[in-house]
Amino acid sequence: MTALPLWEVFVRPKRGVSHVHAGSLHASDAESALRNARDVYTRRGEGVSIWVVPAAEVTASSPDEKEAWFDPAADKIYRHPTFYDVPDGVEHL
Amino acid sequence: MHDELGDPEFLALLDNEGRIEPRDAMPDAYRKTLIRQIAQHAHSEIIGMQPEGNWITRAPSLHRKAILLAKVQDEAGHGLYLYAAAETLGIDRSELLEALHEGRQKYSSIFNYPTKSWADIGAIGWLVDGAAIVNQVPLCRCSYGPYARAMIRICKEESFHQRQGFDLLLTLSNGTPAQHAMAQDAVDRWWWPSLMMFGPPDAESPNSARSTRWGIKRFSNDELRQRFVDIAVPQSEALGLTLPDPDLRWNAETEHWDFGEIDFSELYDVIAGKGYCNDERMERRTTAHNDGEWVREAAMAYAAKQKEKAA
Amino acid sequence: MILDLADDALILSHRCSEWLTRAPEIELDIAFGNIGLDLLGQARSLYALVGDEDQFAYQRDTHEWRNCTLVELPNGDFAFSMMRLLAFASYECALFSTDPGRDDLRAIYAKAIKEATYHLEHAEAWVLRLGDGTDVSHARMQAAVDTVWPLITELCSSAPEVEGVVRTQLAAILTAATLTVPTTTASTRRREHTPHLAHLLNEMQALAREHEGATW
Repeated sequence: MTALPLWEVFVRPKRGVSHVHAGSLHASDAESALRNARDVYTRRGEGVSIWVVPAAEVTASSPDEKEAWFDPAADKIYRHPTFYDVPDGVEHL
Repeated sequence: MHDELGDPEFLALLDNEGRIEPRDAMPDAYRKTLIRQIAQHAHSEIIGMQPEGNWITRAPSLHRKAILLAKVQDEAGHGLYLYAAAETLGIDRSELLEALHEGRQKYSSIFNYPTKSWADIGAIGWLVDGAAIVNQVPLCRCSYGPYARAMIRICKEESFHQRQGFDLLLTLSNGTPAQHAMAQDAVDRWWWPSLMMFGPPDAESPNSARSTRWGIKRFSNDELRQRFVDIAVPQSEALGLTLPDPDLRWNAETEHWDFGEIDFSELYDVIAGKGYCNDERMERRTTAHNDGEWVREAAMAYAAKQKEKAA
Repeated sequence: MILDLADDALILSHRCSEWLTRAPEIELDIAFGNIGLDLLGQARSLYALVGDEDQFAYQRDTHEWRNCTLVELPNGDFAFSMMRLLAFASYECALFSTDPGRDDLRAIYAKAIKEATYHLEHAEAWVLRLGDGTDVSHARMQAAVDTVWPLITELCSSAPEVEGVVRTQLAAILTAATLTVPTTTASTRRREHTPHLAHLLNEMQALAREHEGATW
């Protein structure tokens, strides 16, 4: 069975802050990875910039030594819990 | 010789920092336990898309259709966050899917129940997601970093899921007599299976002690189950629906809701594969994966061609 | 005309939602969800201009629907679904680039064109990969092209002036994907719905119709 390679995803949530590692996903190439990342990691409008890097290209250190894409997401108000009127007195929702 | 729980450096890291990250040395059993738990959680999200996904095409209003579509899509996303967390432990998603398809790894048996009516969608949101939240909030402080971070992301999205389920049931409960009856019937069918989501009673849970020492499990099955009941009972009153337990009684001494004995034999049957929808769930999953092989192959072939051209 | 587009968007949204739990990769389940939600949103905005959305969606019989043939066909394989999406998104992009002559529609077009652009890019990426992937994927993609091509005239029938632009854009993409652009075109205008629409509506409407006057 064909398996698609792993990509690490970094998202800059807004201007003024740096990219933060959001997680990973699978895709056949960089363009697909970017598109997938937009769908998977910024559905609730959490990003202005995405980086994708093949997981295999990341070099890690050992602990002991130590406008357009994101607009459509902004109006899907039913994703946010505050959209619903919770009856008075009902707790833990 | 190292204790199976881990060598002193690992335990010190666990106790002092509270967080283990992917490149830290860890006992093989810790790694294996986490892979299994995270993967089965991921599988549950993916399989869980099915009982609810079946109703997207039948949702009775466009508003509800949109909400349900967003919810099921979120579940796919949750599965992905979790597979990603499991992969940091040095295993590939394809291996995990293989384990699921071959029955070596499992998913939550709650998803082997059928969704017989539209009201089931509400019951799943209110009860099943409600139970999941009670289980998942403590996991946000789990010792393994990537798992904890995935859980934080999931918990943020999960409260939308529970709220839409409650909202759906409230509308039905306050609707026509037929709608009210539909809602009550759904709650009657989903209540006990939701309680069983917390697992067997503490006395019958063999691996809990080790998971607790490793910071993977913060509260016992019975503690979490009681927490869920205490939250759900007042909510059922707000919904104007009853719960199918004649033994449900407020205990003024303990300040908890006492509830009836759970018949776990049904759970064990469902775990053993004799549930109503076990075959259906697995068939849909494996068919999607197998039917998609030509697409994945094509994508990789295209990528290879582009690489050659660029070289 | 508003109803034509609203119905197109709703039916295609419904078809997209059928892909969830069936897509080749979990990332694609999410993508289909995204596209389905966008199209559903478009449909709802358009229905709102002319009446009650649920009345339109749940209480009309098959013959009252104004969607085109292309969107009501079953999903087929992934190649067909991507070709269908490509054609539809291309049409929407062209349509939403025109001035509808009224403010409320202008606002909807302005928002929807961003979504349609994204759908177009998504579909284009896949048509490329499947067309220029393996022999198997190429054959499936070509079959999809051959099925969809004759239906484009009907797709554009509410705005026939965009048909040329659409066909030109699609031809360029198909060529880049090593696919053959069909030379035949049908000049069908709106015609009878296929039996597929009745099946779809039956499933979609059954519950709502069973409980007359109920709120959900």
